[in-house]
Amino acid sequence: MNLYLDPKNIGELDENDKNVGTSVVGAPACGDVIKLQIKVDENGKISDAKFKTFGCGAAIASSALMTDWTLGKTLEEVKTIKNKDIADHLSLPPVKLHCSVLAEEALEKAVENYLSKNKE
Amino acid sequence: MSTKNIIYMDYQATTPCDKRVLESMLPYFCDDFGNPHSNHVMGSRAHEAVEKARDQIAKLIKANNAREIIFTSGATESNNLAICGVARFYGEKRKKIITDPIEHKCVLEACRAMEREGFEIVMLPVSEKGLIDLNALEKAVDEQTVLVSVMTANNEIGVVQPIDEISGICRRKNVPFHTDAAQAVGKTEVDASKVDLMSISAHKIYGPKGIGALYVGLNPRIKLTPLFFGGGQERGMRSGTLAPALCAGFGKACEIAASEMESERARLTMLKDRFLKKIFAGLDRVYLNGDEKQGIPGCINLSFFGVEGEGIMLGIPDICISSGSACTSESLEPSYVLKAIGARDEVIHSSLRIGLGRFTTAEEVDRAASKIITAVKRLRAMSPVWKEEDCEIFGKSNESLSGSEKYRRTG
Repeated sequence: MNLYLDPKNIGELDENDKNVGTSVVGAPACGDVIKLQIKVDENGKISDAKFKTFGCGAAIASSALMTDWTLGKTLEEVKTIKNKDIADHLSLPPVKLHCSVLAEEALEKAVENYLSKNKE
Repeated sequence: MSTKNIIYMDYQATTPCDKRVLESMLPYFCDDFGNPHSNHVMGSRAHEAVEKARDQIAKLIKANNAREIIFTSGATESNNLAICGVARFYGEKRKKIITDPIEHKCVLEACRAMEREGFEIVMLPVSEKGLIDLNALEKAVDEQTVLVSVMTANNEIGVVQPIDEISGICRRKNVPFHTDAAQAVGKTEVDASKVDLMSISAHKIYGPKGIGALYVGLNPRIKLTPLFFGGGQERGMRSGTLAPALCAGFGKACEIAASEMESERARLTMLKDRFLKKIFAGLDRVYLNGDEKQGIPGCINLSFFGVEGEGIMLGIPDICISSGSACTSESLEPSYVLKAIGARDEVIHSSLRIGLGRFTTAEEVDRAASKIITAVKRLRAMSPVWKEEDCEIFGKSNESLSGSEKYRRTG
C-alpha cells in the first residue's frame, strides 16, 4: 500500500542510451501495462531503474518493488528475483498474482533488450 | 478513517435507510410483532401494516390493484421468480425468452438456467448508448415467445429503455413483458400497467435491505410457477411468513419516493452537472459512458484515459464509488455492460461509476471531484499510456461513446 501511495523509481530513462534496457509488457486491454527500464554501469551492475505503470495498486506496487530490488545487482543476480518474492513481500491476494508475474516479465524483457543492444 | 469523512457515492449499489423509513419499521419488531397470517388481534395488526405497504408500493408504480404486488426478498428473487416462474408455467408450448446483454446478472443467470431447461434465449442487440434495438425486438417476438425481459434502467450506465414501445410490441403480439425496474423506481416515472411483471427492491430507494417485490399483473392475468413451496402466501406465488417491519419500511420508502421524486430529480441533475463541470474543467480526455439524456438522475459513468479504475479508487480511499475495471471484484471480469455497448477494453478498465443520491451534498460533490482529479493526475504521471502520441489507442475510436458534447474537452 505504501508503495502504491508513494512509489519509488517512477519515471523514464533515455531509451536510445546503449546502457539502458527497456521493456513494455501487458496491454491496456488486459488492464495492466508496465514499462520498465534499467541502466547498467561499467561494472555490469544496475545503477538505475525506472518504471511507469497503468494498472491497479498491486501492479504499481509490484513495479516499484521490482525496480527497487534490481538496484546495485548484476544482470545475473536479478534473475533470482521471482514473482513469488514480490507477491510474498506485498502480501498480494491470489487474484493479484498476475501483477507480480507481469513485473517479473518486465524485468526479463528489459534485461533481454539491454543484452541485444550490447552483443558485439 | 472516521465515518464523518467518508463520501458515499455508490447509490446504485445501495442506499442508506432513510430515518423516516426506520421510524416506520420499529413498531413491528417488539410491539406489534404478530404473524400477519394469524387470525387474532396481533396478527391483524401486522396484516394491516403489510397491506398498507402494499398500497404504498402499488401507488408508486401505478399498479391498478394492490394485490398485484408480491413481496419477495429483493430484486434478485423477483427477477428469478418472473423469468423462471413464467417460463415454467407457460413453457409447454412456448420455448423462447427474449432479453438483452446489459441486464443485471440475476436476469442473465436466470435465463441461462432456463436455457438448461430447454428454452432458447435470444439476446437483443444494444446501441453504443445502451438502448435496445426495437426493430430487432419486433422481429424476434413470435408465437414461440414465452417472455420478453428488458430492464427499465441500467445499473451501470443508468440508461432508461423505451418501455412504452417495448410494451406496445409485446401487447400487440400477446407476449408477457417483464421489466427489472430496481434502478428506475423512485427515480423516474414507472408505470406497471404497461408491463406484465416488474421487479423492484427496497434498498435502492432508501428502504431496508432484504425485501423487494414483483408486480404480477391481473389484467391481463399472468400466472407463474413458484420458486419454492409452503403455505401458499402471496397468491400462492411466494410462500413464507412475511416480514411486517420490512414491508412497512418498503412501503414508507415508496411513499417518500413518490412525494419527493420531482424535487429530488432536479436537485440530482444540478449536482451531476456541477460534478461533471468540475471534472471536465480539471481533466482532459474524460469520457461519459452511456446516454446522458436518457438516464436516471444521479448515475454517472466516466472513463479516464490512461489510468485504471481501481488504481484511482485506491488513491481516494474515503470516497465510495465503483469501478468497471477487471480488478474490482473477485471475478476479475471487466464490465460486461460496457463491453456490450461496444466500449474498448482500455475504456472499460479506466471507468468509474459515481452514484449521487438523496444525502449527497454540493460540498461532497466538490470535494469528491477535486480528490478524483488529484488522483487521476498523479496516476497519469506514472502511466506509460499517457502520452499524447499514444492517445489513439484509447481516444479516437471512443469519441462516439460520449453521450455529451457539451462537457467534453479534447486533449
